[in-house]
Amino acid sequence: MEQKPDGLGWNGLQFFGRISASISHEIKNVLAIINENAGLLEDYCFMAEKGKPIDPARLKGISEKIAKHVIRGDGIIRNMNRFAHSVDEPNHQVDIADLLELMIALNSRFAANKNVQVAHKSPAEPLAIPANPFYLENLLFLCLQYAMDAAGSRGAVTLIPKKEADGIAIVMTGLADLSAPFPGPPETALAEAIGATLTTDSTAKSLTIALKK
Amino acid sequence: MTEKVLLVDDEIDFVDTLAERMKTRGMNVSTSTSAKEAIKRVEEEGFDAVVLDLMMPEMDGLEALAAMKEKNPDLQVILLTGYGSVEKGVEAMKLGAMDFLEKPIDTANLAERIQKAQANRMILVEKKTEEKIRKIITGKGW
Repeated sequence: MEQKPDGLGWNGLQFFGRISASISHEIKNVLAIINENAGLLEDYCFMAEKGKPIDPARLKGISEKIAKHVIRGDGIIRNMNRFAHSVDEPNHQVDIADLLELMIALNSRFAANKNVQVAHKSPAEPLAIPANPFYLENLLFLCLQYAMDAAGSRGAVTLIPKKEADGIAIVMTGLADLSAPFPGPPETALAEAIGATLTTDSTAKSLTIALKK
Repeated sequence: MTEKVLLVDDEIDFVDTLAERMKTRGMNVSTSTSAKEAIKRVEEEGFDAVVLDLMMPEMDGLEALAAMKEKNPDLQVILLTGYGSVEKGVEAMKLGAMDFLEKPIDTANLAERIQKAQANRMILVEKKTEEKIRKIITGKGW
């Protein structure tokens, strides 16, 4: 029997899958670098056994590289953990600066593949809003994919959080070409689920996600 | 004979360390962190083998493989990937990749594949040279 997928649930699973695949790829890269550096140490030991002295500066360089990538791997896993915990509660107070930082980190491989720089501005004062964190992350991710395509290769997207009278807005700027249709059904469904409004502005070359309190 | 190899990956610490390890094994190694630059270098320099990462910004490994093989059909390309899906592997082989390895790699295994790549390339070059000589001889009626 053919099963009709539940829209929001299916979107969410796809989003979770894409992020998990990207994270696993990043971790593989980190492991590959650590593996090569461990192998290089082994090569040096082998050469030392054959009578070629080891240069301490080379060893220091290798240990620094390993330490650097252990820190990188730890950061990736920390973000993965934060992301995984975003489904713990359907509603809680979401800190916007933390959210943007996490989403930019999770989106980094997608941005690199599209050759787009993505950055965010810190809000002038702490901004938080009650929302379903996972739906909000999913919506932000989909909007970011659209924004990066609109910015084009070598483009730059900046996320600017703003306090509004009735809530918070996240403005994505640097969207050079807004001709592609937006929002599509997944973005519309997610925006409805969290009571957000999506608007694009071809003059300002921007996309705004307005979140009501 | 020293193997001339180009390592291509956007992870600079990965290519640099792998290059050093291959150099200790007597190989002549060059590196590149961009697929576009690698395509240009393959045209200009000529390598026995190219070790190419599948996932790179701007242009992925499969696109780069197709571009390299179009102009250098004898080039031996070994693809590296974080996760090797069957579909990608099949696509890579269809495009003429010699091999498809998953990261983290076994360096001894990679070194063997590079040596095999050099041998493959030499056989292809010899065959083409023989073909040319045969054509000349036939053409002259000798």
